[in-house]
Amino acid sequence: MSHSTRCAACKSLRRRCPKDCVLAPYFPPTNPQRFACVHKIFGASNTTKMLEQLPLHLRAVAADCMSFEASSRVEDPVYGTVGIISQLQEQIIEAQSELVKTKSEIAFHNAQQQLQQQQMQQLQMINAIAQEGEDWP
Amino acid sequence: MGGSSPCASCKLLRRRCAKDCIFAPYFPSDDPHKFAIVHKVFGASNVSKMLQELPVHQRADAVSSLVYEANARVRDPVYGCVGAISFLQNQVSQLEMQLAVAQAEILCIQMQQEPNLPTHQIDQVDKSLLLSTNNFDDNNIPQYLSFASSSNVIQDPLKRESLWT
Repeated sequence: MSHSTRCAACKSLRRRCPKDCVLAPYFPPTNPQRFACVHKIFGASNTTKMLEQLPLHLRAVAADCMSFEASSRVEDPVYGTVGIISQLQEQIIEAQSELVKTKSEIAFHNAQQQLQQQQMQQLQMINAIAQEGEDWP
Repeated sequence: MGGSSPCASCKLLRRRCAKDCIFAPYFPSDDPHKFAIVHKVFGASNVSKMLQELPVHQRADAVSSLVYEANARVRDPVYGCVGAISFLQNQVSQLEMQLAVAQAEILCIQMQQEPNLPTHQIDQVDKSLLLSTNNFDDNNIPQYLSFASSSNVIQDPLKRESLWT
């Protein structure tokens, strides 16, 4: 027994698409590009092996991830997803640096404010003492 | 050439290592694991085709990134490298949120100190409060990545050297 419409994988590989085709649920015929990328980068046989090694409920996510990795590699044949990881790491470093700079500005302002408050309190005390001195004959 | 040992690829594939073997410069015989893992995930034939399509000066980096991806996929057979991307994206989001909060605090402090702050200065500070747009919209990172998060792959996100193991 086979699928009435072959999946993208079986269509591409020009073979019959059996009812229990491992790839059929994840590579529908409506999206031939998705399988084309995966086939180019991982190969049909490797893709099938990798999916077969996973429990059923994890295969859809795995197929999505492999599809993303494959299309990233097609777009960037040198770095693939590693290029994205590098960019994200750079973004993290920049954001951390900006955060440290901003937090130190806040700390500086708070310290200044505290100092001003202390100075005000000291002035008030001095004024109070001076006032007391005037009140006493 | 007589006397030179076959590269790791040709050793694994049990074939003669030609003088112009495409794998030899990148898969030396003293590191068989490197080719084994790339062969397991991508297949020797696919790797050969990928390298052939690249200029020579880019092949070393391509091999390094393929090795990294292959290791990631073996360590995490479901998410592979995508797990690392998701993890880092979460980190970026959290940092951007913290930055927005800190910048809002700076704005409050400035407004307290200068209640008559000129309008154009307020506009500039407002712009900095906007979360930076996700630079990776153009890479079409799927939505589900916000749920998947795996730090299995990243040894130390801040050390780029760790990418090339």
